[in-house]
Amino acid sequence: MEIESATKPQKKEETIYEHMLSRGVSRRDFLQFCAWMGACIGLEQTGVAQMTKALETKKRIPVVWLHFQECTCCSESFIRSSHPIVADILLDKVSLDYSETLMAASGHQAEKSLRDTITNYKGEYLLCIEGSVPTADDGVYCCIGGRTALQIAEEVAKDAKAVVAWGNCACSGCVQAAKPNPTSAKPIHKIIGGKPIVNVQGCPPIAEVMAGVLVHLLTFDRIPQLDNLGRPKAFYSRRVHDTCYRRPNYDAGLFVESFDDENARKGYCLYKVGCRGPSTYNACGTIRWNGGVSFPIQSGHPCIGCSEANFWDNGPFYQRTPAFPGFGIEQTADKLGIAALAASAGGAAVHAVMTNIRKRHEIGEHAGENAEQAEKDNPESKS
Amino acid sequence: MSERIVVDPVTRIEGHLRIEAEVKDGKIVDAWSAGTMVRGLEIILRGRDPRDAWAFCERVCGVCTTVHALASVRSVEDALDIKVPANAELIRNIMFCTQYMHDHVVHFYHLHALDWVDVVSALKADPAATSALAQKLSKYPKSSPGYYSELQKRLTKFVESGQLGIFANGYWGHPAFKLPPEANLMAVGHYLEALEWQKEIVKIHTIFGGKNPHPNYLVGGVPCAINIDEANAINAERLAFVGQTLQRAKEFIEQVYIPDVLAVAPFYLDWAGIGGGLENYLCYGDLPTNGFADVKSFKFPRGAILGRNLNEIHPVDPKDGQDGIKEFIDHSWYEYSKQGGLHPWEGETNLKYSGPKPPYEHLDVDKKYSWLKTPRWKGHAMEVGPLSRMLVGFVAGQPEIKGAVTDALGALKAPPSVLFSTLGRTAARAIESQVSAIWGLEFYNQLLANIKAGDTRTFTREKWEPSTWPKVAKGVGCTEAPRGALAHWIVINEGKIANYQLVVPSTWNASPRDGQGQRSAYEASLIGTPVHDPHQPLEIIRTIHSFDPCLACAVHLYEDKKEIARHELLVK
Repeated sequence: MEIESATKPQKKEETIYEHMLSRGVSRRDFLQFCAWMGACIGLEQTGVAQMTKALETKKRIPVVWLHFQECTCCSESFIRSSHPIVADILLDKVSLDYSETLMAASGHQAEKSLRDTITNYKGEYLLCIEGSVPTADDGVYCCIGGRTALQIAEEVAKDAKAVVAWGNCACSGCVQAAKPNPTSAKPIHKIIGGKPIVNVQGCPPIAEVMAGVLVHLLTFDRIPQLDNLGRPKAFYSRRVHDTCYRRPNYDAGLFVESFDDENARKGYCLYKVGCRGPSTYNACGTIRWNGGVSFPIQSGHPCIGCSEANFWDNGPFYQRTPAFPGFGIEQTADKLGIAALAASAGGAAVHAVMTNIRKRHEIGEHAGENAEQAEKDNPESKS
Repeated sequence: MSERIVVDPVTRIEGHLRIEAEVKDGKIVDAWSAGTMVRGLEIILRGRDPRDAWAFCERVCGVCTTVHALASVRSVEDALDIKVPANAELIRNIMFCTQYMHDHVVHFYHLHALDWVDVVSALKADPAATSALAQKLSKYPKSSPGYYSELQKRLTKFVESGQLGIFANGYWGHPAFKLPPEANLMAVGHYLEALEWQKEIVKIHTIFGGKNPHPNYLVGGVPCAINIDEANAINAERLAFVGQTLQRAKEFIEQVYIPDVLAVAPFYLDWAGIGGGLENYLCYGDLPTNGFADVKSFKFPRGAILGRNLNEIHPVDPKDGQDGIKEFIDHSWYEYSKQGGLHPWEGETNLKYSGPKPPYEHLDVDKKYSWLKTPRWKGHAMEVGPLSRMLVGFVAGQPEIKGAVTDALGALKAPPSVLFSTLGRTAARAIESQVSAIWGLEFYNQLLANIKAGDTRTFTREKWEPSTWPKVAKGVGCTEAPRGALAHWIVINEGKIANYQLVVPSTWNASPRDGQGQRSAYEASLIGTPVHDPHQPLEIIRTIHSFDPCLACAVHLYEDKKEIARHELLVK
C-alpha cells in the first residue's frame, strides 16, 4: 500500500490540541504543558493564555531539518526534552517532513519528501539547520545526494518561512571552524540572507531551550526577541556566572584550586580551574540539563563556554587569566568576555558587569553594532 | 542486464553516507560506500593543550558521545603514564555501560526498526491480539488491550491527517516486510516507549559529567568530586539516582528490547544468511577492572578473528607500527608523500578532492570516491562492532558474553553461524546491551563499596602540570565505541599536540576498497543481497543499518596551501 505524503492534506487536519488529546494527553496536562512552556520561555500570564489558544487552533507546521557539518548532538539533545510530553508531542506537533536522523525513507524517497514539502508548503515551512557549511573548493567537503551543502542551503532556504540555526555549528561554525578552519566552514547566517534566523547556541543547546524556541515560533508565528547575536533573549541574556548556584563562593573568594581537592569536594567556585561562566551566555544555571538534573559546574567541571562563538580558540580550557579574588576577577572576567565577544561575529557588545554590588544593564543594549555590521568591520581571521 | 542504483542520503544514521550498488538479476553484484562529509579535526588539534583534546574529540560524534572523549583522555594518560584512581575508572565504566544501553536501544527502535516494521500494517492489527502477544512475550506493564487500541486510534488519525512527517514515503507494503499486523503495532508502541525511556538513562551522564550529549571528561580521572556529607558533590542522593536509573534501564532492556528482538527474528531468518560480508573481526576490548594498561582485566576481551575461525583469537597491538594497523588512500580523496599505508603515529593527510563536480549523478568508483581512508590490520580488512565484540568474547570464553550468546542462540534454535549476517549483527547489539546492563550495576555496587570503605578519590594531580611531562611522549587510547573498535594516537611535543590521529569504527567498516581490491565491511556485506525493486532500497538499508553507521567520524588532516574562495551566497 502506497501512501502519498506531504501533498496538501485532503482530510481534516488536526490542530495541535486535538492531536495532543488524541495522543492521550488530558486537558489538564495540556494546560500544564502550556504553563510550563510559557514559564520556560518567559511569558507573562496573558502570553500563556495566548499560547494555549494558539496551540488549540493551529495546524501542524511542516519542518525541514537539514544536517551539514555536524555531529548530530543537536538532534540527540532535542529528543532529550524532559517535560513529560515535550519529546512525544513536539516530534510530531510539528510535522517533521524531512529529518535525515529519523525519517523512514532514504535516497530518492527521502529527496522526494524534501521536494514535496518545499513545493507544497511554499513560504509556510520552517527550516531547521544543524551544522556549518564548508565553503572552500566550491563546497565539496559536504555533499548530500550529489549536491553540496551550499547548493542545498540556498535552495531550501528560498521559500522557508524562517530559519532556526541549531547549535554552535550552525550559529558560529563550532569545532570545524576552529583554527585553521580547514574546510572554510561557515555559520548559517553567512550563507543565507534575507530570512529571519534564530541562533540557538550551545554545543549542543539545552533540550528545553530547543523545545522552547520551537513552541514560541508555533505559538506566535514570529521569531522570539533576539539579542545582537541573533540568540533568543529568553535563554541567552544572562551569563552562566550570574545564574550559577556557586556564585556566593566566588563572591566570598572561595575557589577550587585543583580538581578533587578539599574545596572541590565542598563545591566551591571553579573560576581558578578555568571556568568560562563569566564570559558565557546560556541558561545552564537556570534550566540546567536533562530535566534539571545537573549542569557542568554542578558536576565539578568548569564551563567551557560552548555557547559562545570561537570558544575553541579561547582556550586552553583549564587556564585562567591570573587575578585576585573580588573586584579584580570581575574586571578580568569582563575583559575576558569582551575579548571573547570581540573575536566573535558579534563585535564589541558591552559586557555589563553584574555583581551583587553593581547595577545591572541589559546585555547588548549598548552594543556597538549588530552581527552583520561587525562582520564587515571584522573580516574573519584567515589561517 | 544490470542497473546502477544510488542511495544518498542513507537516512537514520549519523553523518553523510552514500551507497552505490550494481544490481543484476535481482541481486547486488557490486557495491561502493562513500563518506561525503569531512571536517578536518585532526589538523585543528595540532598545537593545542593535550588536556583539552577530549573536548574537541567528543565533538566528532554526538550520538556515541563520550567514546571519543574516553579514547582521548586515555591516549594522553597512556603517553604520560598516568594511572587514574579506582573510582574514576568505575565512573568511566558506568558511563560506558550507560552509553551502550542508550545507543543500542535508540539504534534498534529509532534508526533500525522501520526497516523491519511496517507502520501502515499496524493499522490493521487487532488490539486484543496485540495485547495477548505482548503479554506472552514479556511482563512489561504497558500491554493492555486498551493501551494498544488507543495507540492504534492515534496512529490512524495521524495517517488520516495526511501529514506523515517522518513516515512519509517509507517503504510500507514492500513484500520484504514479514511481521503480522499485531507485531507491527506492538513495535510502534515500543518505538514511542523507547523515545521516552532514552532521555532518562542519560541522566547518569548528567550526574557524573554535567550534561548529555557531550558530558565532561578529565585527563587523570573524572571531574566530579565525591563527598557524602556535602550537597554540592556526588553524595547519597546522587548515587541513589544513578542506581535507580541503572536498575530501570536494565528492566527496559530485559522486558522490552530483548523480547522484541527475539520475537521479530524468527520472521526474518532469511536475513541470517544475508549480509555477512567480511570473515574477519577486530575488537580492542574495554571495561578495564585493573587499569587501562592491564588488557587482561578487560570485561570485553581484546583480539581478532580471521576467516571466521572460532577456535583461535589473534593478539592485537595498536602500537605495532611495522605489521599492525595502517591506513591506505588508494580510493580516498587524499594525498600521501610516501607510498603504501601509514601507521597512525606517522599518519599524514592532505585532502585532495578529485571526484566529480557537484551536482553529480555518480561517483568515479574506479578511481577515488570517499572521504574515508581505508584501514587494514596486517593487511586484512576487518569488521568492527557489536558482532566482533560478541564473537571475540564468545571465543575467549568471557562468562557473561558466552552465556548471553548461548541463551540467544538457544531461544532462536540456531547455530553460531547465523551470527555472521545482518540479523546476527542486530542480535549481537541486543545481547551486549543485556550484558552492559548487568555490568553497569556491578560497577555501581563496586563504587558504593569503595566509598563506604573511605576511598573517595576521583582524580590524580600527579602529572597534571605540563612541567612534569617528558619533552616528547606518544600514546594510544583505545575503547570500544558502540559501533566498534576506536583508537586515538597522540604525539606530544613540549607540552603541545604534535600529531593526533583517530581511526574510528566507521573508517574500518564504511571505507572504500584498498589497492588490492579488498572490500571493507559495508561493501562486502552487500554482495549477494536480494533486491526486490531496485527503486526501493529497503534491503540495502537493512544491511547498512545493521552496522549502525556513524559517519561524522571521518575526520582527517588537511593542510591547505590554496587561497580559499569566498562565497557570498545570498548575502544582502
